[in-house]
Amino acid sequence: MKKLFTLVLSIMALAGLTVTAHAREQIRIVGSSTVYPFSSYVAEEFGATSKFQTPIIESTGSGGGHKLFAAGSDLNTPDITNSSRRMKDSEFNKNMEVGNKEISEIVIGFDGIAIAFNKKNPPMSVSKKDLFLAVAAEVPVDGKLVANPYKTWRDVNASLPNKKIVIYGPPTSSGTRDAFEEMVMGHVSEKMDEYGKKAYTKIRQDGGYIPAGENDNLIVQKLAKDPEAMGIFGYSFLEENTDKLQGATVDGFAPTPANISSGKYPISRSLYFYVKQSHIGKVPGITEYVNLFLSEKMIGDKGLLKRIGLIPLPKAERDAQRAKWAKKTALTLNDLK
Amino acid sequence: MDKETRRLKRIKRRYRGEISFRLLSISAIVLAASFLVFFLSDMVRTGYTAFEQTVVQTEITYDADTVEIPQLSVSEEMSDLVSRGFLRLIPQMVEENPKLMNTTQTQWVLAEAEVDQYIKGKPNKLSEEEIAHIDSLKKEGKVKLVFNKWFFTNGDSKLPEMAGLLSAVIGTIYVLILTMMFSVPIGVMTAIYLEEFAPDNWFTRIIEVNINNLAAIPSIIFGLLGLAIFINLFGVPRSSALAGGLTLSLMSLPVIIISTRAALSSVPDTIRQAAQGVGASPWQVVWHHILPLSLPGIMTGTIISMAHAIGETAPLLIVGMLAYIPTAPTGVTQAATVLPAQIYTWSGDSLRAYTERTALGIIVLLSVLLLLNAVAVVLRNKYERKW
Repeated sequence: MKKLFTLVLSIMALAGLTVTAHAREQIRIVGSSTVYPFSSYVAEEFGATSKFQTPIIESTGSGGGHKLFAAGSDLNTPDITNSSRRMKDSEFNKNMEVGNKEISEIVIGFDGIAIAFNKKNPPMSVSKKDLFLAVAAEVPVDGKLVANPYKTWRDVNASLPNKKIVIYGPPTSSGTRDAFEEMVMGHVSEKMDEYGKKAYTKIRQDGGYIPAGENDNLIVQKLAKDPEAMGIFGYSFLEENTDKLQGATVDGFAPTPANISSGKYPISRSLYFYVKQSHIGKVPGITEYVNLFLSEKMIGDKGLLKRIGLIPLPKAERDAQRAKWAKKTALTLNDLK
Repeated sequence: MDKETRRLKRIKRRYRGEISFRLLSISAIVLAASFLVFFLSDMVRTGYTAFEQTVVQTEITYDADTVEIPQLSVSEEMSDLVSRGFLRLIPQMVEENPKLMNTTQTQWVLAEAEVDQYIKGKPNKLSEEEIAHIDSLKKEGKVKLVFNKWFFTNGDSKLPEMAGLLSAVIGTIYVLILTMMFSVPIGVMTAIYLEEFAPDNWFTRIIEVNINNLAAIPSIIFGLLGLAIFINLFGVPRSSALAGGLTLSLMSLPVIIISTRAALSSVPDTIRQAAQGVGASPWQVVWHHILPLSLPGIMTGTIISMAHAIGETAPLLIVGMLAYIPTAPTGVTQAATVLPAQIYTWSGDSLRAYTERTALGIIVLLSVLLLLNAVAVVLRNKYERKW
């Protein structure tokens, strides 16, 4: 009896180990944590209203997603990767190497990056340059670069309130941080002689800028408790917490859906996903999933994704994305330049 | 006399020392307990509202049009208050139950998350008109809070009112059973060999040191190992319960080996000698005497390492189990998610309605852990033997 028990146990262990890879029934999606809520919303709707299974979506971050996406062209690799930035040249080349020759690039909408703070404060209006000077590790003083001496916002710009600079922002691993560095820091420093007209993206580490982890809800809680502090995070978190927080006006434009969509609000970025065309037909439902994602019901002006914080593309742009997908236009290296 | 006063002084000083030491220890306990109480009460305070969910009573029309566009099945002003999770299922309901076609039913249906937030007195994004409408419905008794059974019968959802723990609970059970299946036999046998049979030489000592070392390694390293070996080398499907179970069993092995060895070594040598004395072979000594006697200790160690495995997220993140997986797995190779991963996902969502669900998820996880640890304590007290 005991022998039998041992035997059964070892057979079970063996059976568990010998897994045969078989054709996949579900779409597999990886990538950006910013796109994840939208992507999983569509996936849920897709699973509930079609005969296909609900896609599996992993939130790996944009960089992690591209890495998994370009790991190969077989069915063990993901079919789609979400990204809160455009694919890099190096990532494109890697895809070509492993045989992902035809990739569809799709833009789904915009995401604004809000500079938020407690509602108890009076409204605040900053320029990108103010923001840069508040967070940079080294700033120009009398034509020379020195360690950032600014302690209050008034030090940065005399028209700003006399408030200590405490900014909670995303850590280096985050796509939001990349976007902030590129759109605020890079943009400003490229125009300044002191930095040799080059993008300077080093952020101060003397306590003025506090990397607050990937969870934006934590920054929201910090700001709700500390009226002095400012926070940098995705617009959807500001929209959801307007009872506690307000967003700073940047370069004269408030973070509103209209300003972000029209590109007037200066810190906004496009959200993308990339599809392996070679997997269409091998994994059921890819075309239908992307069609649903691109439908007016989802990404339109009154679409469902708008309710959870996506800023829709202008109508013409949405039609262009649909046309591009219908024709299965493949991404080329020139597109990324 | 002088000697006597000095003696009394010394004693007084000693007592003072004792009292202050005791006070210090008590304040340490009070501090630790207050952290715990704060954490628990915060969780309960945020989470208890998720036990209830708002439902609204409305007329639902089932006809050809509404099968086409489910939003039309309720009146226009109601369509924003009723959960989309219910409306989108109308075509399927009609298909499954053709009698519904061309009828109008008055039903209690799930309310939208914002309505739920409003009824619970929490911040929401409803417009003033909608709030007025809800208030009038409330007066008519057409809005009420009921027990949130959906939280325990649904999988994850991007609609907070539909979101539940079921798929994560089933995933956790799968992962746990697999972890136990792999780690307990291997761990116990390793411990028996090392404790009862292995010669004491440099080789076994190196193994010993390494096992102790492994028990202290951050769990994320086991995740990387699992990714490299099980997924990339053996081709175990990513995100599957099998991948998670194997990875967690790697993590549990050292703990199980160490606790089993402790249990084995606590069995007195006289028992081994007595068994040998009546002619038992080494294998019989272990199988008939040592193992049954040390079983309570082994089980306690196993349960505690399983409780540890339940709460683990980091290694599972690496093998792809931190994902949107709303359906419960039906096999070990299917994609699955686990309780802590589900809690983590909800905690990062921008929608406020997830806050209370996150807290309730934590309460459920804590209750399961408490139950497991209680079982471990009961087992220990019931079967433990003093030698």
